[in-house]
Amino acid sequence: MKHFTLEIDKDGIALITFDSPNVTMNLLSTEALQEISEWTDEIASNAAITGAVITGQPNAFCAGADLSGLGAIFSEVEKLDRNERAAFLYKELFQINEIFRKLETCGKPVAAAINGLALGGGFEITLACHYRIASNDNPKLKLGLPEAMVGVLPGGGGTQRMPRLIGAMNAFDLMLQGKMINVEKAHTLGLLHDTCPAAELIEKAKAWVKANPEAKQPWDQDKYRIPGGGPYHPAGYQTFGAASPMLRKNTYGNYPAQRYILASVYEGLQVDIDAGLRIECRYFTKLMMRPESRNMIRSIFLSKQSLDKGEARPAGQSKGTIDKIAVIGAGFMGAGVAYVSAMSGIDVAIIDVDQAAADKGKEFTATEVAKRVGWGKMTQEKADSILNRITATTDYGVMGDVDLVVEAVFESRELKAKITKMAEEVLPKTAIFGSNTSTLPITGLAEASQRPENFIGIHFFSPVHKMMLVELIVGEKTSDYAISRALDFVTRIKKTPIVVSDTRGFYANRCVMRYIEQGMGLLSEGVKPALIENAARMAGMPVGPLSLQDEVAIDLGYKILKQTEEDLGADAIKGPTAPIIRSMIENHDRKGRKNSKGFYDYQPDGSKRLWPGLSEFAPKSGLAEPQVSPAYIKDRLLVAMALEAARCMEEGIVQDPREADVGSILGWGFAPYTGGVLSYIDTMGAAVFVARADELAAETGSAYLVPELLRDMAKNGETFYGRFGTAKAA
Amino acid sequence: MTEAYIYDAIRTPRGKKKKGSLNEITALALASQQLQAIRDRNELDTSLVDDVIMGCVTPIGEEGANIARTAVIEAGYAETTAGYQINRFCASGLEAVNVAAAKVMCGEADMAIGGGVESMSRVPMGSDGGAMGVDPSISFDHMIVPQGIGADMIATIYGFSRDDVDAYAVESQKRSAQSWKEGRFAKSVVPVKDQLGLMILDHDEHMRPGTDMQSLGGLNSAFKGLSDFVGFENVAIQKYPEVEAINFVHTGGNSSGIVDGAAAVLVGSKEAGIRTGLKPRARIRAMASIGSEPTIMLTGPVAVTEKVLKKAGMSIEDIDLFELNEAFASVVLRHMQAFNIDHAKMNVCGGAIAMGHPLGATGAMVLGTVLDELERTGKSTALVTLCVGGGMGTATIIERV
Repeated sequence: MKHFTLEIDKDGIALITFDSPNVTMNLLSTEALQEISEWTDEIASNAAITGAVITGQPNAFCAGADLSGLGAIFSEVEKLDRNERAAFLYKELFQINEIFRKLETCGKPVAAAINGLALGGGFEITLACHYRIASNDNPKLKLGLPEAMVGVLPGGGGTQRMPRLIGAMNAFDLMLQGKMINVEKAHTLGLLHDTCPAAELIEKAKAWVKANPEAKQPWDQDKYRIPGGGPYHPAGYQTFGAASPMLRKNTYGNYPAQRYILASVYEGLQVDIDAGLRIECRYFTKLMMRPESRNMIRSIFLSKQSLDKGEARPAGQSKGTIDKIAVIGAGFMGAGVAYVSAMSGIDVAIIDVDQAAADKGKEFTATEVAKRVGWGKMTQEKADSILNRITATTDYGVMGDVDLVVEAVFESRELKAKITKMAEEVLPKTAIFGSNTSTLPITGLAEASQRPENFIGIHFFSPVHKMMLVELIVGEKTSDYAISRALDFVTRIKKTPIVVSDTRGFYANRCVMRYIEQGMGLLSEGVKPALIENAARMAGMPVGPLSLQDEVAIDLGYKILKQTEEDLGADAIKGPTAPIIRSMIENHDRKGRKNSKGFYDYQPDGSKRLWPGLSEFAPKSGLAEPQVSPAYIKDRLLVAMALEAARCMEEGIVQDPREADVGSILGWGFAPYTGGVLSYIDTMGAAVFVARADELAAETGSAYLVPELLRDMAKNGETFYGRFGTAKAA
Repeated sequence: MTEAYIYDAIRTPRGKKKKGSLNEITALALASQQLQAIRDRNELDTSLVDDVIMGCVTPIGEEGANIARTAVIEAGYAETTAGYQINRFCASGLEAVNVAAAKVMCGEADMAIGGGVESMSRVPMGSDGGAMGVDPSISFDHMIVPQGIGADMIATIYGFSRDDVDAYAVESQKRSAQSWKEGRFAKSVVPVKDQLGLMILDHDEHMRPGTDMQSLGGLNSAFKGLSDFVGFENVAIQKYPEVEAINFVHTGGNSSGIVDGAAAVLVGSKEAGIRTGLKPRARIRAMASIGSEPTIMLTGPVAVTEKVLKKAGMSIEDIDLFELNEAFASVVLRHMQAFNIDHAKMNVCGGAIAMGHPLGATGAMVLGTVLDELERTGKSTALVTLCVGGGMGTATIIERV
């Protein structure tokens, strides 16, 4: 065996250790699964073996299924005739259930000694053991079934064994949200029988095996009852009655993995475990035949993981570390950057024009760490050490030894130029100057720099501590070295970087603009505001376009409008947005959430309701009659954004579909179930997408003009991943 | 086709759920006392009754295993009288009468009884389970929410305020009290008796005649709490995305009361009447059931009214009196709005907000009520309808002969 070792002790107890070669984390690959089958047979048939203990290499039990391996199955499936696919997939996917079921019915006691991360399939194998004990001195040890987070369902019996152990209500809580829990919580819930220090783990597990030669799973015993009851038990009925609406409220029916988990548990708890496993596998098969899983695995898991490792690093550049930075401008953005940097162990100087402003920037970190201490998530010492990493000052002199600067001042070319000059007087020559601008082209800003090759855009999203994406904007003169150093910084603060070229709005904001613009367009066409907002959320967007405009502030849009008017003339301003923005500011003083008046009225209790005055923006003839369908609004919004992303690809603003997809999900919450903005097009097929865009262009105009790239792809039957994909894209 | 006539219609008084008088009376006793009463007051040879159809919405426990046949046996009917229980949720009682009439019309039966029974204090509503609320392939995929959410959604979409629904409820209480005072129910209410033959209840005990806007205004929403907890509002909005937020106007005070009760309606052909020496009181002119959008669930009465009028070849103006079960005030308000019906013609004797809604029996009860009222006022035609769970509507048009 390659992935497991098996040693039999003097009591006849087999110690099976999961220890795949050349990996830091064991994964449940097809090969590993086959070996599990082999040693299970060995346990069952070898009379010298009295029972078994399963454990893993130190600190890493098993992180779950090898998701890239699922990609291989997909490719196999695609070779098959459509009507043979289900049967083939079901057979493939059911193997894990056969093997795990064989393990729990092998006739000898099997204990899991969980000494490290046990997630997904890695946790499911322990659920198929008769006894689970985990080490309680490893705070990083997490347990759970997080499959739903990447669009998959626990297909190794998890949907059957977990609710049979801890009841449907607790199992839903863990599985539907993909929660990963610590050892203490798992013990309290009843997922673990016991906990102990890692050093005693094997010994205790073996003692249990020795003492329980007749071990049987609870669900294989006659007196077994489902904790909390099945769906038609009075208590269970309440749980299942609440589960559907709760899930639909949160997912709008866009996430089949969760929907199928619900159904697997509902149907599975009404039959015995063997039938339950078959039911689970049918839903797993059904899920795998839909595009959501593949798209979500690719973007949210595989591509994000690659980007998080800094895979966008230019050739010839090597990984380095960023240990000290300066943040200039201690406003909300600057304070956020200082906080996430200090949290990641970077020393930070936060600089502003007066000491009070700088102190206020540092105060943000003090507040955030205090919250964590309050929740018991951080010790006071740790909080103090993080806060001590931040120096609040007005003195540019502190930048003499920093690796990188993040400039986060007001969006003014003159101010930024002045700061660039002042900083470069003290900065080491190797230091990178990063501007956190969201609107101004980097090439222009770099003109103020003596070292434009070290000048780069580092575009954080607000709020910095919650938004996971950072756009690195490459100006005309930005060097590969600067990109590499900026990647060092972004990966160190555990955010996901994408590298994009310099253009107005860069990548994310350019696409988001189209979203807001279409929201305004629909409003001006007489679509009810509530319908626009609801349909947007139903399409998978985190907030509606009107709500988003309120969040980014209407007066900001107004300022940009005025600036554009000044720069390019009034004729340059087209589309439905300008008259609405103008009226909101000039006639109604409605700036958005910041003054509690925007497209919504914001109540002191935190609730909000659409402003009735929005009827002003409907056509003179009144609201559209009949109103358009949510499906139509979905197309209007998603197609507009996807077209903009396609234009960005055409223009080379973004070059890797993975960056476009991951950027769209993390940057502006583009319907995650699609796998991102380009996967959305790929899944639909370029030809279908182009046809739809053409229809919308004919109906509503230039926002839906199709770039040549897409027409070309449609003609050739290409996908973005096919045409631009890297070798590593699944 | 044979014509079907109504020969008699009776009901029990309705007992309230909490500490109600009928809580200690079995559902079977409620049903069989009605069958005995309809036999005795008509001196009916029960061997001439071919079938007994009873609506019952929670057919488990003592209401399970075909309570209609059970009651037929217990009531001492002829062995040849068959019986079966049906469930069209809140319209079950009316549907049972429609089925009895249909059997007469097609010649399967010469005489049949349609009615219903529900002891909501003894067999709690919803205790029969059912996939609709828990199986994700229906509840999740088809956005099924509780009826009350649908009632509040109707109020939201069709613009009924809390004051509108409360004002309707006050009027229901007023009309119900007035009707009792004038003895309008005397003809059809058969008091419920105990084992010893002593009277247990002879009036509807759920009524609160003193109800006014102020007392109703103090009540909390009946459905907002549950909705906030589970997310039903959001689910319903996914079906009605033009709605920003539901206006939760319904309370215990402007929704139907939870009560115990039973009813029976004797239906037969003209010849069956001659044979038994009974005089027909009304002709069943048309009947219909329909499915409607299941999330809002309670808009069926509008659709089924159109359908049944068309079947009868009548228009809304041809109907003298309307009876629409007061499941929730907004359902009735919407109906009057849709057809521009004068409140003076709608639920003239009050309704379920005041007197209660024993689910399986109500349809047969209100049919009897409106027949009594036609006779009392010398009017001719009435349309009876109810909103139904799962998104349905059932209706019957009767005409005095």
